[in-house]
Amino acid sequence: MTDFKVTPLSEDSFRNAIRESTSPRAVYDMAPGEAYTKFFEGLREGKILGTKCPSCGLVHVPPKVYCQYCYLPLTQWVEVKDEGFVETAVVVYIAAERERLEKPEVVGVIRLEGSGDRYRYPGLMHRICTEPEEVKSSRIMGVKVKARWATERKGSINDIECFEVVSWK
Amino acid sequence: MRPNINVKNRVAVVGAGLTLFRRRLMETPQELSWIAARQALDQAGLDFNDIDCVVSGSAPDAFDGVHMKGEYYVEGVANGKPHVRVFVGGGTGVFVPVAAWWHVASGLCRKVLVLAEEKMSSASRPHPQAVFKHIWDPLVEKPLNPNLIWIFAMEMHRYMYRCGVRKEDIALVSVKNKRNALDHPSAQAAAKITVDDVLNSEMLVYPVNRLDVSPVSDGAGAMVMVSEEWANRLTDNPIWVEGVGFNLDSTNWTNRDLGYPVYLKRAAEMAYRLAGIENPMKEIDVAEPYDPFDYKELHHMEGLGLCPPCKAAEVTKEGLTQRDGDLPTSPSGGLLGVGNPIAAAGIMKAIEIFWQLRGEAGARQVKKDVVTGLAQAWGDLMQVGTVVVMRR
Repeated sequence: MTDFKVTPLSEDSFRNAIRESTSPRAVYDMAPGEAYTKFFEGLREGKILGTKCPSCGLVHVPPKVYCQYCYLPLTQWVEVKDEGFVETAVVVYIAAERERLEKPEVVGVIRLEGSGDRYRYPGLMHRICTEPEEVKSSRIMGVKVKARWATERKGSINDIECFEVVSWK
Repeated sequence: MRPNINVKNRVAVVGAGLTLFRRRLMETPQELSWIAARQALDQAGLDFNDIDCVVSGSAPDAFDGVHMKGEYYVEGVANGKPHVRVFVGGGTGVFVPVAAWWHVASGLCRKVLVLAEEKMSSASRPHPQAVFKHIWDPLVEKPLNPNLIWIFAMEMHRYMYRCGVRKEDIALVSVKNKRNALDHPSAQAAAKITVDDVLNSEMLVYPVNRLDVSPVSDGAGAMVMVSEEWANRLTDNPIWVEGVGFNLDSTNWTNRDLGYPVYLKRAAEMAYRLAGIENPMKEIDVAEPYDPFDYKELHHMEGLGLCPPCKAAEVTKEGLTQRDGDLPTSPSGGLLGVGNPIAAAGIMKAIEIFWQLRGEAGARQVKKDVVTGLAQAWGDLMQVGTVVVMRR
């Protein structure tokens, strides 16, 4: 099968082999859409807003203008408590470009109160202000948390600084 | 039991080819595609001129930096022929034979070249993982500067918590698959390691350590899939593709329980219905569940119904998933051992089942007699399941 051979390159031979490099420089500016416009306005006021499905009753956070389970338009907006339970949590030592962080952070998914069933629920990914040890022992799982709001808010997911533990189990 | 569907043509795999998987290969995407395709055609006893249609797949364009990558990598293998590229993230590699199946089953094409190619190394700086920065929701997730491994770690921890599974139980999958890969001629990350090696490797995102994860890879794989008439003409050992399944869950992964893959259950049910499988635990002899992370093999075994929910770690610990066990899983060495050139890794799993059912897996051949096998992949934001069931 020598006919079908390919050629592995080491780091050094790769550097010598490079003929062209390109770096695309596209900058994307995102329009927020109907649902997220209201969602971000809510965050600026320190509120978490969702849309409620008239058929299945699920409150969608992040909000949608449609229910993707019932295929229905959603028009009813509701304010959701800025509290919830830790569905899952991890300790991150690396960020988007695999750069190592100086100080590890805890991030996770917060299951917000208000609706949902065993499988589906309103929820957000966010930072959780707690120690890595609480994640590694799994003590943080299922714990009640509450949003810590930034003092200066501009209508962004980062208007929430993190979710803080309200009470340990 | 015969499948409950009106299929015009039964579909068989009659040849397969796979390049080396390596962190970096010198060849271009076109050259990798060309080499894998020729190898598959060679085994099938066919030539490019015999092929009616080409179905291909590859992961995000951003890896190659060519934002029409499908047309780019197939130039040597699809010119003048109907060609379609399919894409469902990491699920792509198994979605390619799924899509090829309906090309043949419908009667539209009789001899299809099935190709998956991936060259991740071109996206070299700062790291190929940086490409995944652009798969998140740009408005509510990306501002948190997430790395892709974050979500898998979140799923892994949720699974551990829900099922009471420990990191050391999960690490057994990495140990098994990397060891299996020692017998695979394409393997990039084959190794004899211990559970402690996994637990002590670099911590990326707790609970994910470096050796819980498959590597970044270049590589390509190809198959030839044909109608029954051609299968019988070309070979005494056709492997029939008897079931295909695919299913999409919500992109909003923060809105569903990550402990159990419902979309995979649905995809598997679709494939089992087509293949007439009523009890997958008894009827699937050998499986290649998708294992970009070690916990995913367990998670996927449960979604596929190969064991009850939360029981996969136990089954693994008992040794049932070893090559000489009752339910050999990832006998190839999987993505953890052979490597993970995304779409090519998925097709590698389908190719392994083809080789296992033909009895051509060499040192990797599982001990038991195998009649029915399954390959599976998973992708996008933890929301897609793709499944093929094959029989000899």
